[in-house]
Amino acid sequence: MINQIPPGMILMLGALLVPFLPRRPAQIWMLLLPVLGLSHLWMLPDNLLMATELGGYELDIVRVDRLSRIWGTIFHIAAFLSVVYALHVDDWVQHLSGLVYAGSAIGAAFAGDLITLFFYWEITAISSVFLIWASRNEAAYKVGLRYLIIQVASGVLLLAGTLLYYRDTGSITFEHMGLTGPGPIIILLAFGIKAAFPLLHNWLQDAYPNATVTGTVFLSAFTTKLAIYALARGFAGTEILIYIGAAMTVFPIFFAVIENDLRRVLAYSLNNQLGFMVVGIGIGTELSVNGTAAHAFAHILYKALLFMAMGAVLHRVGTIKASELGGLYKTMPWTAGFCIVGSMSISAFPLLSGFVTKSMIMTAAAEGHYTWTFIALLFASAGVMDHSGIKIPFFSFFAHDSGKRPKEAPLNMLIAMGVTAALCILIGVFPGPLYALLPYEVDYNAYDATHIVTQLQLLLFAALAFGVMMRTGIYPPEVRSVNLDFDWTYRKALPWLVVQVRRIGGHIWGEQKELALWTVRGALGIAEREYGPRGPFGEPWLTGRTAIWTALTLVAFLLLNFYMS
Amino acid sequence: MSDSPEHTPGHTPKPPHGVFDERKNIDRIFYALVGVCAAVVLADFAYEKHGHFDFENIPGAHAIFGFVAYVGLVLTATQLRKLLKRDEDYYDD
Repeated sequence: MINQIPPGMILMLGALLVPFLPRRPAQIWMLLLPVLGLSHLWMLPDNLLMATELGGYELDIVRVDRLSRIWGTIFHIAAFLSVVYALHVDDWVQHLSGLVYAGSAIGAAFAGDLITLFFYWEITAISSVFLIWASRNEAAYKVGLRYLIIQVASGVLLLAGTLLYYRDTGSITFEHMGLTGPGPIIILLAFGIKAAFPLLHNWLQDAYPNATVTGTVFLSAFTTKLAIYALARGFAGTEILIYIGAAMTVFPIFFAVIENDLRRVLAYSLNNQLGFMVVGIGIGTELSVNGTAAHAFAHILYKALLFMAMGAVLHRVGTIKASELGGLYKTMPWTAGFCIVGSMSISAFPLLSGFVTKSMIMTAAAEGHYTWTFIALLFASAGVMDHSGIKIPFFSFFAHDSGKRPKEAPLNMLIAMGVTAALCILIGVFPGPLYALLPYEVDYNAYDATHIVTQLQLLLFAALAFGVMMRTGIYPPEVRSVNLDFDWTYRKALPWLVVQVRRIGGHIWGEQKELALWTVRGALGIAEREYGPRGPFGEPWLTGRTAIWTALTLVAFLLLNFYMS
Repeated sequence: MSDSPEHTPGHTPKPPHGVFDERKNIDRIFYALVGVCAAVVLADFAYEKHGHFDFENIPGAHAIFGFVAYVGLVLTATQLRKLLKRDEDYYDD
């Protein structure tokens, strides 16, 4: 019986009960679900396969191995901590969507084939958008639509890639693919969207700062790390990922320095951390893949902790703009303290979690003689010290006194932050249990003299640079603003283009109907020639090409619908 | 939190005074940081360093890198801001 329940299902089905329970029982039930789910997961044996048949196809809906187990474990822990943090919220929509979202991400991490993966992939998209819409304002509505379109497009690409992969290999098993053909390339693109590769990243900085206080904590844990898992499963050792990952570690940090919305700073910072994991996948050695898994585990915790702390500030103060904050340590000392633990963990101070995980990836890069990648990661590490190590706690809790005297965070938020902070410290001090969970056997010691001293030099001198720049007034002030990023292309340029095309189109139609009709006739003629029964597009299509064109049409339709509405 | 003491006529409640409101204390923290920084550079001479790359074995290499990288990052980002900064309602949504 136990061996027939897919991981994640307990959360997904259990969540459906939440709207019907009174407040207290619902809270207990929500806390219980991740505990039950994790216990169930750990009762499942390694190398377990659950197969089922659907329309004549064999689907491996569950595959348990070491790689999926560590992701399943941290996803359950993240779900539990997020539930604790959100316990005071009296909105069943958020609870329901949060739990279904967590459950589907867990399910996806155990998907043995690409069709099952696609199924969960889309549920994570659809369930999570409600965490954004639950902010219930106009901006969140638009952001949610953009988020949903991009996430669903990723799923459509995954499906199209899967069909091509099936045509070429006759298999839909989700295993190592590498860039072996058009199918895997499209699948990589689908994963890359969810993993926020450079230029595909803006949904992340757009969506997370606009979700609810508690919703962002859920969001920060699952979508992107699911993509990291999928990359590790399908594309370990794909060299291009090293360079994509290195670029990802570097460029978001420039935006993080000048960003005013502190939850958006964390979104850029999240993006930068994903870069480290992508580099680890690209290198593809046992050490580097272990590093990616370990770093994902540690990262989910400290990133959740940072989003919790900033969420607590937003909850109490009503804004999370650095320009409006400062001096909150006086009345929110616990939140400030937990935030600092998160900041030191992400900056990888010795005795904290980032120190024992990030260095595995750095060491793997060095051992592979990727000198420039190593230097990029080192530079990015100094950058992390700025935006997450200093900027986040400094401008909210210290800096100049804003005069704001908010109450300390609610008890359930403090408990969630306290437990998460404790885990960050435990992992840093006793990395053994985490190492034992990693996909490959570990022969790695983070605590040798060189590593400790060099890391302290890097971080402390970065902090010194901050001190000097503050005292000399060089450090840029926090100001109210938005900064242009790549999303400018689809939020400004493209809509402008659509308006222009419509205007010019309307103009032509009104003034020069003849010319317009002539153009349309010409276009129809070309269409007839190309797409008619004798044209190159008119011949019977192979499934693969149909899949691609169907997918592209669907994506185009989604976009068109969005811009024209 | 008892940060709203009872109002008695003639007394305006004082805002709570934190340790970081004293300039002196901030100076202390800064000089302590300078001291710790000096210590971790000196530490390089106290053990046998084995970095992954040769440049890592120069004493204080990571200290210099950390400082320069940080200043470079912040100065570049400040310049970038001139190019990228817009009003808060730029996207009007």
